[in-house]
Amino acid sequence: MNAIYDFSILTAWIHQWLSGLMEPTAVMITEMVIIGTILILFVAAMGLVLVLAERKVAAFFQLRLGPNRVGPWGILQTLADFLKLLTKELITTKSADKFLYNLAPFIVMITPFLALGVIPFAPGLQIMDLNIGVFFITAVSSMGVLGILIGGWASNNKYSLIGGMRSAAMVVSYELSVTLAIMTMVILTGTLSMSEIVNSQADGWWIIKGHIPALIAFIIYLIASTAETNRGPFDLAEAESELTAGFHTEYGGIKFAFFFLSEFVNMLIVSSIATVIFFGGWMPFHLPFEWATGFNHIMDFIPGIVWGFGKVTFIIFLMMWFRWTFPRLRIDQILNLEWKYLLPMNLINFLLMSLIALTGFYL
Amino acid sequence: MQAELISKEGTQEYFVNMGPQHPSTHGVLRLLLTLDGEIIRKVEPHIGYVHRSIEKMAEFDTYKQIVHLTDRLDYLSAHMNNEAVALLVENALQIEVSDRVKVIRTIMNELTRLGSHQLWWGVIGMDMGAITTFLYAFRDRELINDIMEETTGARLTMNYNTPGGLMFDLHHNFQKQVKDYLKFFKTKLPEYDQLLSGNVIFTERTKGVGKLSLADAISYGVTGPSGRASGFSCDVRKTQPYSAYDRVKFNEILMVEGDSFARYQSRVNEMWESISIIEQLIDNIPEGPIMAPMKAVVKLPKGEFYQRVETARGEFGVYVVSDGNKTPYRVKFRSPGFSNLSVLDHISRGHKIADLVAIMSTLDLVIPDIDR
Amino acid sequence: MENEKLRQLISSWEPSVELIDGPQYLEVVVPSAQFRALAEKLRFDNQTQFDYMFNMTCVDWNDHFQTIYHLESTKLNHALVLKAKIADHNQPEVDTICDIWRTAELHEREVFDLFGVKFNQHPDLRRLLLTDEWVGHPLRKDYVDEVNMVLR
Repeated sequence: MNAIYDFSILTAWIHQWLSGLMEPTAVMITEMVIIGTILILFVAAMGLVLVLAERKVAAFFQLRLGPNRVGPWGILQTLADFLKLLTKELITTKSADKFLYNLAPFIVMITPFLALGVIPFAPGLQIMDLNIGVFFITAVSSMGVLGILIGGWASNNKYSLIGGMRSAAMVVSYELSVTLAIMTMVILTGTLSMSEIVNSQADGWWIIKGHIPALIAFIIYLIASTAETNRGPFDLAEAESELTAGFHTEYGGIKFAFFFLSEFVNMLIVSSIATVIFFGGWMPFHLPFEWATGFNHIMDFIPGIVWGFGKVTFIIFLMMWFRWTFPRLRIDQILNLEWKYLLPMNLINFLLMSLIALTGFYL
Repeated sequence: MQAELISKEGTQEYFVNMGPQHPSTHGVLRLLLTLDGEIIRKVEPHIGYVHRSIEKMAEFDTYKQIVHLTDRLDYLSAHMNNEAVALLVENALQIEVSDRVKVIRTIMNELTRLGSHQLWWGVIGMDMGAITTFLYAFRDRELINDIMEETTGARLTMNYNTPGGLMFDLHHNFQKQVKDYLKFFKTKLPEYDQLLSGNVIFTERTKGVGKLSLADAISYGVTGPSGRASGFSCDVRKTQPYSAYDRVKFNEILMVEGDSFARYQSRVNEMWESISIIEQLIDNIPEGPIMAPMKAVVKLPKGEFYQRVETARGEFGVYVVSDGNKTPYRVKFRSPGFSNLSVLDHISRGHKIADLVAIMSTLDLVIPDIDR
Repeated sequence: MENEKLRQLISSWEPSVELIDGPQYLEVVVPSAQFRALAEKLRFDNQTQFDYMFNMTCVDWNDHFQTIYHLESTKLNHALVLKAKIADHNQPEVDTICDIWRTAELHEREVFDLFGVKFNQHPDLRRLLLTDEWVGHPLRKDYVDEVNMVLR
């Protein structure tokens, strides 16, 4: 347990300082405002970084350079794109359902904010430590599909409608696998609180301690969460060669940017969940053996925030790798994959994990 | 109208306009789809968005000018299209071109075919959602374009053939460049093939999709790699050899499955055959004049002539009715894409929207070729 | 089958045909009234089996039309050009063959579009390449379009 780089010291200090200045209620409101601002800035920054990363990774796989004109190595390219999207005129189609059409981007954008609230990125760097954090996050993350469905429906475009319907069918199916894969690991952790799950991995990550069932659960989670975020090879909802742009065909300007950004932030969130549950969150890489004490000690000196974001980056890279390598699946194949293969595998895996937990076979 | 659209299950069919501006129609093809949910009930092609009345224009042009119209048809098989008109005039006037011309034409044909199939390979990946293939293919095809540019001065619409021979001689670097390219591409082709045909998603998406039976292929006149994937032996290079095709050894790729995957494989295998043809010829290009003696004004004898060649997409035909003047009385271009498009409705019914994209991609439609 | 045999066979089926030896193919000109019956025979008779129609078009001869069908047999390896002579230049009509050779469906629509030849019993005879509101049929020899065409 490394307390060297604990963010709770910083947060506690800010809390004390504010408490000295004002009433407890006012302190709470001020802190909420600060956190909200930081969250918005964080999401915006992550969006910019991830979009650039995606383009650079794509360029890497496609043997080209990627953006390299705006700023050094093109790092300001996404900022320029964002400004362009901001200044674009918002066009609404005449026959669209105005209220729902305008509502959809917000629903899509709100869900990642909610989910970000319970994810521990580093020691103390967690907005709220709910004791049902895992439950909360699975509940909230499935709300994003509502926005896609509403957007697809309200655009009054057949391509959008097909895209929205595909997305709904897909997310509803893959939600099962995501949740079951997480639940498989919750058997081991014995808690639903995100920070406690991280703490339970101080001596080794669950993917190592949990033997093969944990590995299977991770692979299933990776597939299912890629599908849940509507990314390739499961990007049927926006399948550009079939549906032009799918559910966001009729959106432009900043509304489109919301859809676009939410995809990347969702990717960040599913990667963070995977990190917390399978890879020990911000915990350093520890081997659960006696002889590895020295190695474990060296690992402790790398800050938790580096571990946390490093693992998240790795999983995001994996997901980008999928996208730029695989062709897209067809809707019936996607549903077959879920209901005929992933779900039964998941249930068996769940049983196996229960046996392991009962016999105490895990490390 | 409404009542007709409601099927037995009580679901209502609806229309979707795919195109004229759509990412996977590769041009301005418009398909009116009748859909039941995701399932295609009917596909109705609406074409003519790039109709340039080339057949009408040809009635006012001399035979040498018509050559230049043909590479605007199927721009990816520009060289073969040019050759069709050149051969037609040569056969009608009974002009014997030199061996050098024949061999160079054959090499150029196969290079063009390689380029066209490469582009198709990239595009099929993109249609399936794997955009990476698109960039790989374009990068390598660029090298063929460079070779073309060096000799003919143009990268896409070469206009290298002319009735009686060639416009100009080969660039002195040509043989070396082609050999270098083949050496490079022979290492890449297995890798690329593996990237798609070794991918389980790709095979799942294409196997059994858009099955075209042999009888239908013949009846619909589906030629080229698409027809040969259904077992229709329609390679003009084999059945009626022209240029130097009678002196090279190559296999006609025939398959029996007739589905999208067979069409994919027949094209990939055809690339190997093209490489083999070029390799057989590149080292022994005979010496000789590049232009047979021709009159300045070409006048075809009275009568009608038909010349078929094998382009990258199938059998391309030129039908000329001559009344003895310097301009033809009537010209008809039998474009392979036109016939291949006609089968689209037949083989995509009952499939999903995503399958339609796969089928269209494996039929390898080029819209200017269809619209003329 | 040799051209000579084809000549005998076809003239025994249909005495009204005119047989010409073209530079490449045997040309069979048949009046439009007898055209459909001959086409069916050529397609389904065991001696001919013309199953592959590789080209179809039309020629305007100022006083009459000819629809032209290039036929080939993939099994017997012979080919011929079948021509239907449509005497009526004002209201040209011929029977469709798009149920015999499926590829003809689009080809006939094209001919209808550009020549105005009506194909009887065609399931869906509409303009194909030109817009629906186009006036006239451009590939006819008497077609004049001052707006969109440069006459030389």
